[in-house]
Amino acid sequence: MADLLTFTDRGIYCEAGDFYIDPWRPVDRALVTHGHADHAHEGMARYLATDIAAPVMRHRLGEISLDTIRYGETRRIGDVTVSFHPAGHVPGSAQIRVERKGEVWVASGDYKTIDDGLSTPFEPVHCDAFITESTFGLPVFKWTPQAELAHDLNAWWAANAAEGRFSLIGAYALGKAQRILTLADTSIGPILTHGAVENTNEVLRAQGIALPDTIRVTPDLDLKAHAGALVVATPSGLGGPWARRFNLAGNPASTAFASGWMALRGVRRRRAADRGFIMSDHADWPGLNAAIRETGARKVFVTHGYTSIFRRWLESEGFEAHVVSTEYAGENVDADDEGEAA
Amino acid sequence: MKRFAELFRAVDQTTRTTKKVAAMTAYFREAPDADKLWTIALFSGRRPRRTITATVLREWAAERAGIPLWLFEEAYPIVGDLAETISLVLPPAEAEEDRPLSHWIDEIRKLSKQDDAARKAGILAAWDRLGPTERLLFTKLLTGSFRVGVSQKLMTRALAQATDIDEAELTHRLMGSWTPDDITWHSLVHAPDPTASLSRPYPFYLAYQLDDPEALGDPAQWMAERKWDGIRGQLILRGGDHHLWSRGEELMTDRFPELARMKDFLPMGTVIDGEVLAWGEEVPLSFNALQKRIGRKTVPKKLLTEAPVILMGYDLLEQDGEDIRALPFAERRARLDALGADLPPEAPFRLSPLVPVESLDQLAEERAKSRELMAEGLMLKRADSPYLSGRKKGDWWKWKVDPLTVDAVMVYAQAGSGRRANMFTDFTFAVKDGNGLVPFTKAYSGLTDAEFRKITAWVRKNTLERYGPVRHVKPEHVFEIGFEGIQPSPRHKSGVSLRFPRMLRWRHDKPLDEINTLADLKDMLTAYGGDSTA
Repeated sequence: MADLLTFTDRGIYCEAGDFYIDPWRPVDRALVTHGHADHAHEGMARYLATDIAAPVMRHRLGEISLDTIRYGETRRIGDVTVSFHPAGHVPGSAQIRVERKGEVWVASGDYKTIDDGLSTPFEPVHCDAFITESTFGLPVFKWTPQAELAHDLNAWWAANAAEGRFSLIGAYALGKAQRILTLADTSIGPILTHGAVENTNEVLRAQGIALPDTIRVTPDLDLKAHAGALVVATPSGLGGPWARRFNLAGNPASTAFASGWMALRGVRRRRAADRGFIMSDHADWPGLNAAIRETGARKVFVTHGYTSIFRRWLESEGFEAHVVSTEYAGENVDADDEGEAA
Repeated sequence: MKRFAELFRAVDQTTRTTKKVAAMTAYFREAPDADKLWTIALFSGRRPRRTITATVLREWAAERAGIPLWLFEEAYPIVGDLAETISLVLPPAEAEEDRPLSHWIDEIRKLSKQDDAARKAGILAAWDRLGPTERLLFTKLLTGSFRVGVSQKLMTRALAQATDIDEAELTHRLMGSWTPDDITWHSLVHAPDPTASLSRPYPFYLAYQLDDPEALGDPAQWMAERKWDGIRGQLILRGGDHHLWSRGEELMTDRFPELARMKDFLPMGTVIDGEVLAWGEEVPLSFNALQKRIGRKTVPKKLLTEAPVILMGYDLLEQDGEDIRALPFAERRARLDALGADLPPEAPFRLSPLVPVESLDQLAEERAKSRELMAEGLMLKRADSPYLSGRKKGDWWKWKVDPLTVDAVMVYAQAGSGRRANMFTDFTFAVKDGNGLVPFTKAYSGLTDAEFRKITAWVRKNTLERYGPVRHVKPEHVFEIGFEGIQPSPRHKSGVSLRFPRMLRWRHDKPLDEINTLADLKDMLTAYGGDSTA
């Protein structure tokens, strides 16, 4: 019998249900794991995503034909049953479970196993075949615990605030930016946001996700009155002319970058920020391994990241592992455009 | 080692020099003397020797981390640093201890005297007692690869602020062949012993590239000479001995034994700044010939006759045991001429001929002759300038010839390491040959980070084939490649090899069919590849 899911040049395809998962070329029916630009593309006739992911997708993709589904809810499509399960990556992100006559495949999109306090935490889904990312699929990637991250972030902000300088941090507009907001100790000072970040904040707040108060940076905002604030920017905002306004006379802003890549000193130095916070919405090495083991799957497909190395590792661990070619980008420290790769 | 780790983090995580200097100044005020001494040594490139091979360290680290060795080997080039890879794969420390930097260095040295089993036990135990940054530093010290993103100049500035000693004086005190074993903090920094420092060199004076010749002003104030293409060196004759120092403060005395004869020709108490050159019949041999001498600690006889060296004298820094760096260049140079004028031809020494200065146009003409004279360009020195230390603007300029250039297309790309890990930065370029393309050089530098990011994104989408870490890409992007020299090379398919190739510009305007050809390269080889020893 043919594989339940196959890998095509349009995306992950389910013939038995005649739908695609996270396709990158226009198709009739797209099941989408989450709203990041490398997974949710324009041009599909019909979309299906979780109710939590839907507002951001509508915000980003405009007028689309979007059906929603709750976590755990099952739906019959063609000859298969599908359901969406928390992936812990960003609010509303899902692993998509596809079942036909007792055979179960799971396409996990992007995921992380730690609870970020914002997204519905990752839940392992038992399956026969598991489709995984491997953005950080090397044993050198082990994330800083969330509490330590909060401590380091706030210590950096507080020290800058005491000197009256801005703390400028670059993070993806959907997911990491809000994670920083929830970690920030608002007693230190006000929080300013780049427009792209604030647009996403508004969407998330409107759907009931609690975020601290933020102030959108506009040309007429009195910056001197907010000296010492935490400024949450997109990565491209951080590197561009937009950021220059926060360099007060004789008191330039301190800059930081939040990414899993900050675990590597070389990348940290290349970004040339004052600080690098090791923070990712993707699973680290222990997370990937634990997640895969917990699925009970014998067959694993690796879609993006350090695919060939990770496949070899999985094989040495006794899995039947394959690399499949996709257009998913993972987390890219060198992508200047937030939407290009998140 | 927490204090030292704190210092390392502080200077490593900021790009601002004021913050780096402040962190070092605070450290030099507070740390114990033994640690301060080691810090100066480490920050000035005086690393303890490697005590253990990288191979066994990898094995032990992989074993401790519970991963197969091949996986470690795959991760290493991505991280770009061995000690960092080790510190990242290891499980967290079981019980951290805080002992001084000097304690850990002593531990490392004790290990070097032990057998493998004891070393392994010692190193695993140390890894288990050190926090993440301390572990990285300890491992870097073990592998002899400790480096820090601070220039010696900044370190000296911080030391000057912490001790209230003049910065130029400190720069001189820190020069030479001392190690933390044969000196104390006090005698190095506060009370140097003059007899112990007979081999100590003066800090080199370095020049910036001259971009705007008009900025020189009145030509009458300037003196000019060739910028020779060898190894800058400082020859010291003191106390019956001779010492030869490189610009990087490396002692090169034994590599160039010919220069020992200088003791027969010049008096003790003489220090000369010059260029070590491989020397033929009263003309320099190509840098290629000198290259064979570099990196050899002892020199076989054959090489001594094939590529003998001389010192081409530029400047006199010490005469009759007296530091004369404050005298005007014209005066120092006159004294050097007097010393060197009547030496017999067998003396391994020549005076670098002065180039007369009449006008900017005439200087430009002289500069244009550089390649045929085997020189890199001109050196311009203000006649009344003292001999300063370090790279300073204003009194000295180097005016190098423009590089040779070709337009070539990128055909292969490879990711870099360290600061450039995970970004495509190492490229292979090809020129046209008939209807095909011939790769002829690699180049790694010359683009901005933003350009590297752009090309990286392009490479990801335009890979035709992968050979391990190397991507064969669509021949589309044209770059102007600059280089300093060209030589015949039977090892390369193109038949040529380039000196100092780098990307000068990304030629978005240039279509593929307008790039240079292999015939163009061969013409350059005929014109500039003159090499009597190759």
